[in-house]
Amino acid sequence: MRLLLGLLLVAASAAGAAERTLHTERSLYRNISVIEEDGVRCLRFTVKRRESRQSCIDMADPDRLVLPYTPIAFAGLAVNPQPQRVLVLGLGGGTIVNVFDQLFPGIEVDAVEIDPAVINVARDYFNFSETASQRVYARDGRVFVRRALRKGKRYDYILLDAFNGDYIPEHLMTAEFLEECRQLLSEDGVLVANTFSSSRLYNSESATYHSVFGDFLNLRRRLGNRIIVAAPDGLPPEDTLRANVESIDADLERFGIDLVRALSLDRGRDWRRKARLLTDQFSPANLMKSQGDSDE
Amino acid sequence: MTAGLLFLLVFCGGFSIMSIELLGGRILAPYFGSSIYVWGSLITVFMLALSIGYLLGGRFSLQNPSLKRFGALFIASALLTLPLLLAGNLLMDVVFEYVEDPRYGSLLASVVLFLLPTIALGMISPYAVRLLVDHRDESGHVAGKLYFVSTIGSALGTLLTSFYLVLYFEVNQILIAIFLALLLCGATAFASGFRQAAV
Repeated sequence: MRLLLGLLLVAASAAGAAERTLHTERSLYRNISVIEEDGVRCLRFTVKRRESRQSCIDMADPDRLVLPYTPIAFAGLAVNPQPQRVLVLGLGGGTIVNVFDQLFPGIEVDAVEIDPAVINVARDYFNFSETASQRVYARDGRVFVRRALRKGKRYDYILLDAFNGDYIPEHLMTAEFLEECRQLLSEDGVLVANTFSSSRLYNSESATYHSVFGDFLNLRRRLGNRIIVAAPDGLPPEDTLRANVESIDADLERFGIDLVRALSLDRGRDWRRKARLLTDQFSPANLMKSQGDSDE
Repeated sequence: MTAGLLFLLVFCGGFSIMSIELLGGRILAPYFGSSIYVWGSLITVFMLALSIGYLLGGRFSLQNPSLKRFGALFIASALLTLPLLLAGNLLMDVVFEYVEDPRYGSLLASVVLFLLPTIALGMISPYAVRLLVDHRDESGHVAGKLYFVSTIGSALGTLLTSFYLVLYFEVNQILIAIFLALLLCGATAFASGFRQAAV
């Protein structure tokens, strides 16, 4: 046992040779670290000794989207290729917000991040900056959405990308919340959600999205993330999606975003139909998640 | 026999307090989020309510202490959870409308929804001390046992609610169960109060 531990330590230090820790911090919500390795800088949250990469940039090529899920987060452009107002819940390193700003200079991008420490790290280490049109709010996402609804705001593109290190906060997974998001979308708006649930929670999560939005694009990578693309009154027909992709494909190339490939990941309705919906009254998502992990 | 019953009722009171507090986090989240200050608001209000409850419970025990009055505390607790059960969202809508800052919003909403029932629940323990103590010598011992039972109830209420109940039931279903349990506690104390008076 001790030998094994020793070997692990050696292995860890060898692997860590090229890895530099630029910043660590215990914020109100999590442990944050910024690590640079082989020219790639990542924001990590540590929960229960398991680290997860939240955001990465390639220092030599900052436009490149490093994490494999990030290009797919732009799949909503197939539904609305010219968003004017974008809302991103969960800032991370701000890489997605930055790409929106570069793709569509001058459009309004609101980012909401619960943890002020993450906002500071995005500014200091990930070239994130606020401008007149690109603003970040240190709020709980649900509170922001409710307040925005009450003010009569509408968004063309809403990206749900808020994680607490374990999974998505439970009050951001319920049918009521998704309905609030649906109402916050403009007529030709699109909602994109980054998820990575499995088994029991996957079924409930999918059924909940379906109960609010009807059919959605269910973009699944073989490992890990699943990106949901949904529209407030059902998705446009496939021809429209294809035409939209063609209209914007060239602009996306330099970010390594390939919408044709992204859309090809659609797996349709592959969840158990009768799964129990997540609501404000019933939302034990994190408990279901740990159950699912053990029995599958 | 009566002593055993009193301990059981105090246990239920302790259980209810923490079960409601835990559900409180769930109830507030759709309006005020799950930021650290939402839990701060909740805990503040529960602590404040309990402190007031202890004070009032002790005061209430000075006048003709009886099992019937003890039962009335449970009935009152149950009834005071009704606004939370029947009009929780309505009340939070109003708070959300008028208070922009989610810190003060969650604090005010906690006061509106949880202060009164928790005060009533807090009155139970000191009142039970009065009913159980016969001699001054044993007062500390009795009080210690009562706090023990009440706080064990709270611990179990926290554990069962957060580990299991929310996994199978809706928030309101759990609240209704607590409401009914408190009514039952009140009725039991009332009934044994009558029997005692008859004997």
